[in-house]
Amino acid sequence: MGIRVSNLSKKYGPQYAVNDISFEIQTGEIVGFLGPNGAGKSTTMRMLTCYVSPDTGSATVAGSDIRTEPEQVRRKIGYLPENNPLYEDMSIVAYLQLTAELQKVPKKEIRPRIREMIALCGLTREQHKNIGELSKGYRQRVGLAQALIHDPKVLILDEPTTGLDPNQIIEIRELIKKIGREKTVILSSHILKAVEMTCDRILIINRGELVADDSTENLRRRAKGADRIRLQIRTELNAQDLKALLEDLPTVAEVTPDAGLNQYILDSKPDADIRADVFHFCADKKMVLTEMTTLESSLEDIFRELTISQTES
Amino acid sequence: MNIITICRRELATFFDSLMAYIIMVVFLGLSGFFTWMFGSDIFFVGQANLSVFFNIAFWTLFFFIPAITMRTIAEERRSGTLELLVTKPLSDFEIITGKWLACLLLIVFMLVLTFPYYITVASLGNIDHGAVFSGYLALILISCIYISIGIFSSSLTDNQIVAFILSLSVAFVFHILFDVFASIMPGSLAQISSYMSVNQHFQQMSRGVVAIENLIYLFSITLIGLVMATMSLRRRLWI
Repeated sequence: MGIRVSNLSKKYGPQYAVNDISFEIQTGEIVGFLGPNGAGKSTTMRMLTCYVSPDTGSATVAGSDIRTEPEQVRRKIGYLPENNPLYEDMSIVAYLQLTAELQKVPKKEIRPRIREMIALCGLTREQHKNIGELSKGYRQRVGLAQALIHDPKVLILDEPTTGLDPNQIIEIRELIKKIGREKTVILSSHILKAVEMTCDRILIINRGELVADDSTENLRRRAKGADRIRLQIRTELNAQDLKALLEDLPTVAEVTPDAGLNQYILDSKPDADIRADVFHFCADKKMVLTEMTTLESSLEDIFRELTISQTES
Repeated sequence: MNIITICRRELATFFDSLMAYIIMVVFLGLSGFFTWMFGSDIFFVGQANLSVFFNIAFWTLFFFIPAITMRTIAEERRSGTLELLVTKPLSDFEIITGKWLACLLLIVFMLVLTFPYYITVASLGNIDHGAVFSGYLALILISCIYISIGIFSSSLTDNQIVAFILSLSVAFVFHILFDVFASIMPGSLAQISSYMSVNQHFQQMSRGVVAIENLIYLFSITLIGLVMATMSLRRRLWI
């Protein structure tokens, strides 16, 4: 009873914001919704939260149809919109109280629920402040707290980590993981790292179309060069010979010279561990390995490949 | 229930910001000044009644209600909190009505603060209590219309100033323009214009005659405003 989306489309003027998207998300899954800016992530989320209506297609959220039972859908959803809008003039407690009342949390449960949310989201020290006085990280926690106050079955988070510093990103990510165990969570981002660490499954969307829908593991496996490392070697050999030797290694797919002396960027073949090979190669030839760094995650390549090739075609 | 929740939140915003206090002080100052100190004031009229005050309040409310209503939805649109509000399980009409009710309660509160005028005048001579009652009632009833117009204007834009000017312009049509039409149009057009004029209804009601046709007029214009504001919120679904 998670989210089921079938053939959802939405046009703004002549242009499709979302074009014929279908997917299913089970309870307990944390799904990342990934795509460049303007790909249709927010529009899809807005359709799921009944903020805008789809032109064609349908979707159910926890068993309720977004067209015919919008109120039911909204009761089951915790939503954090893009840019996390909040009533700046209210105190955290008053704001959570308002949200709880609107979400029909029974009167007796409101106070303990607010206390629970404040503790869960790490707001205890700030709880008496006005929202306008909070830093961005704390505002984001308030946004999450209001989305969670009625213990929703489904959590929809639109760019929950945008604009946060690295520590805050990690904290929010941990929080989402903790919460997500018994809920259906869908979170969007245009930054791969933010999604890769949190989500079991990734949907990549580009120009309104779903271009990939797979587990994080599988997507990684699909990537062309499974590993990319930067390498620097101290050696007597000249650059040409060294490059040729590196290219002969069984797991190496491509060798590209980098800026420094004898510095190369190596792409491995799929599913191969390039680092062991390189180490043994250097040891055999009595060369000194002065640098070996894993560069970007391979998922980034597949993301770029899927979203750029689509744009060009 | 939702309506009450929204209404409470709106009232809290009014009183947490300086907005409500500034508006109340200026309203009391202006209407007090013209009632007691300037022009054809109560002493000039020389009768123990509040009709001077009611006529002045009729004008001050015309200017002040757009200032009260302008932020109600425009500000939520600007800051994005509207998206958060409309994705909660409550209907758009409930949001609009809650905000409308909050504005109305603020106006009623402002009018309650003018009760000392009533007490003072009552101690000066024989006051017609019925006329005072119907005068206050008339002010509250025309406020319903102007608040509804103001909230509709506020729902059209994300800019408070635009909302203010818009609602003042629409209110101007009802406040003055229909009256003018009534005097220059021929025959039945004049009658329609006269019926559409808030001023005509206000004058009737403040004289103590609250007829069913006044109530129908007030109720329907208010409702039309609220429904149009709701439609303007629902516009997001399709475009």
